[in-house]
Amino acid sequence: MFTLFLEQLLNGLQSGVMLFLMASGLTLVFGVMGLINLAHGSLYMVGAFACAAVAAWTGSFWLGLVASLMAAAIAGALVEILIIRRLYNRDHLDQVLATFALILIFSEGTRWIFGSFPLFLSVPEFLTGTVMMPGEFQYPLFRLAIIIAGFVVAVGLFLLIGKTRLGIRIRAGEADRGMIAALGVDIDRLYTIVFALGAALAGLAGAFVGTTQSVQVGMGEPVLILAFVVIVIGGIGSIKGALIGSLLVGFTDTMGRFLLPHAFATFLDPASATAIGSALASMLIYIVMALVLFLRPSGLFGTEA
Amino acid sequence: MKGIKTTIAAVAALFVAGAAQADPVKVGMITTLSGGGASLGIDARDGFMLAVKQANNPDLEVVIEDDQRKPDVAVQLADKMIQQEKVDVLTGIIWSNLAMAVVPSAVAQDKFYLSVNAAPSQLAGKGCNANYFSISYQNDNLHEAAGGYASSAGYENAFILAPNYPAGKDSLAGFKRFFMGEISGEVYTKLGQTDYAAEIAEIRASGADSVFFFLPGGMGIAFMKQYAQSGVDIPLIGPAFSMDQGILGAVGDAALGVKNTANWSKDIDNATNKAFVETFQAEYGRLPSIYASYGFDTANLLLSAMDKANVSDKEAFRDALRAADFNSVRGKFVFGPNQHPVQDIYVREVIKEGDVLTNKIVGVALKDHADAYASDCSM
Repeated sequence: MFTLFLEQLLNGLQSGVMLFLMASGLTLVFGVMGLINLAHGSLYMVGAFACAAVAAWTGSFWLGLVASLMAAAIAGALVEILIIRRLYNRDHLDQVLATFALILIFSEGTRWIFGSFPLFLSVPEFLTGTVMMPGEFQYPLFRLAIIIAGFVVAVGLFLLIGKTRLGIRIRAGEADRGMIAALGVDIDRLYTIVFALGAALAGLAGAFVGTTQSVQVGMGEPVLILAFVVIVIGGIGSIKGALIGSLLVGFTDTMGRFLLPHAFATFLDPASATAIGSALASMLIYIVMALVLFLRPSGLFGTEA
Repeated sequence: MKGIKTTIAAVAALFVAGAAQADPVKVGMITTLSGGGASLGIDARDGFMLAVKQANNPDLEVVIEDDQRKPDVAVQLADKMIQQEKVDVLTGIIWSNLAMAVVPSAVAQDKFYLSVNAAPSQLAGKGCNANYFSISYQNDNLHEAAGGYASSAGYENAFILAPNYPAGKDSLAGFKRFFMGEISGEVYTKLGQTDYAAEIAEIRASGADSVFFFLPGGMGIAFMKQYAQSGVDIPLIGPAFSMDQGILGAVGDAALGVKNTANWSKDIDNATNKAFVETFQAEYGRLPSIYASYGFDTANLLLSAMDKANVSDKEAFRDALRAADFNSVRGKFVFGPNQHPVQDIYVREVIKEGDVLTNKIVGVALKDHADAYASDCSM
């Protein structure tokens, strides 16, 4: 039971790290540009499809990974220049409508190119198999690799925002966009870069997740909802909040699915324990979100509105 | 000029029709053609339309609409088809929750409904109806067969999982109805769940000697890939939906050797099936799935009834449907008293033919299997 518990902790960590890749882009775009981007999940799908298609064509997962970053970043930049740019001064309802339309366009466009049947994408050869973890249990090597890759990206992102010139501009853009424009920063270009960066992170998450799941049209929407839960918990616009929120959601979801049925089984018969336990587990992250909002209405790391 | 010509043509057509004693039949097909579940609906539609094309019967007209896997959309489409298009027959629904939203009111308005897939227990027992025919199966059938197979294969301790929705609960109930051994763990996952790490860890720790899973579409792809990556090697058993032709390509070699139960397979040995598989491949450039086979049989059943009776004579047409006098890709085809098929259910194994993954029959799980609800149906 203890090793199972350790294994589930790792699973929670892995799902949290993947969520962070999605949520960080979403929260950056919202924080810097004040834009609600529902099409973020579509960029995730673009990444997964690009990776699957290029990996199938060239036989190399790594080229696929590069392709997913490029395709999502280019798609993101194009969308920003052609459509999103016109929405910054509109209210949130217009943004939601326009980016919802983008979801439909991306979905049908992908179906038009790749068809309705899911694509194949597999883990690269040397990352298959399992490793023996301390505590005597087997853990899939690829999930371990995802955890490490996710943390590397997270550290890189913190350094980018905290230490570089671009990061300073992004933070300045968050604080007062009128002022940095007045100081001579090309705000249009900055916005395009931030949007493309967020898109690339989503595309990367799509490629990683595509290797363990189904690469199909519509795969982005369930993740998008979770990513919104994360940024609401973490505080909108905060990268640190996105990291803590992702891990919290990842752990809550995994441990809830694992522990709740066992907890109910101590005083109920097994069939109803699983039924009630799994029903409650699927609500758990929303309960956590409600609690966080009740105690801290602007999220864990949000600035007071 | 053109008006006169069409009038003459119409009059001529009237004479011809009068001679052949056949009213045209209009079919409304409501199925899932977009979104996550689209590959199932597309296959059912393509199978149906292949049979329609081959029969080339000018009296048959088909209207096709996309339900987007949403019950409210399906209900609107059904209303539109019944009131505006004036269809005689409805068909096409893949998902049981959509079928429950559409079928009861359609058959109450005296329209025929021929199911190409969804067949919830509610419509097989007390809620059965003389205008409702399921060509595919009753929802529990393939899961019952999986339970029967697991027992006869000597498994004594199964871990079972399915999504937390009505068809998922029917699935586990069906499996348990025919499985003699112990259940070492029973898990309901979220509908549409994509990460199964937590469940796979439990399977590893459960000490089961077999795993039964019902996860159709993308859920099955995700589960299979992660199961293979996890290194757990407890044998998997599932209904055909978890190992369907449409998803095998996306699962890859991880699917090899998995046993699944089905009432159709592309290697059932009869002339109709052989021709179906060949012509489907020639027409669409891919192997047919089980949903395509249901669509094909449904259209052929309808065509056989049109040859025998006039659709305006409901009673005669119903009898003609009940007789099921057509060549099924499953070989023989017989309806039980509640108008659901009584049929053999096979065990298939996933194999590789060249580069293509597909299923091969390795045995019979249940012979002449009828559903558990037929006795509740008073018809």
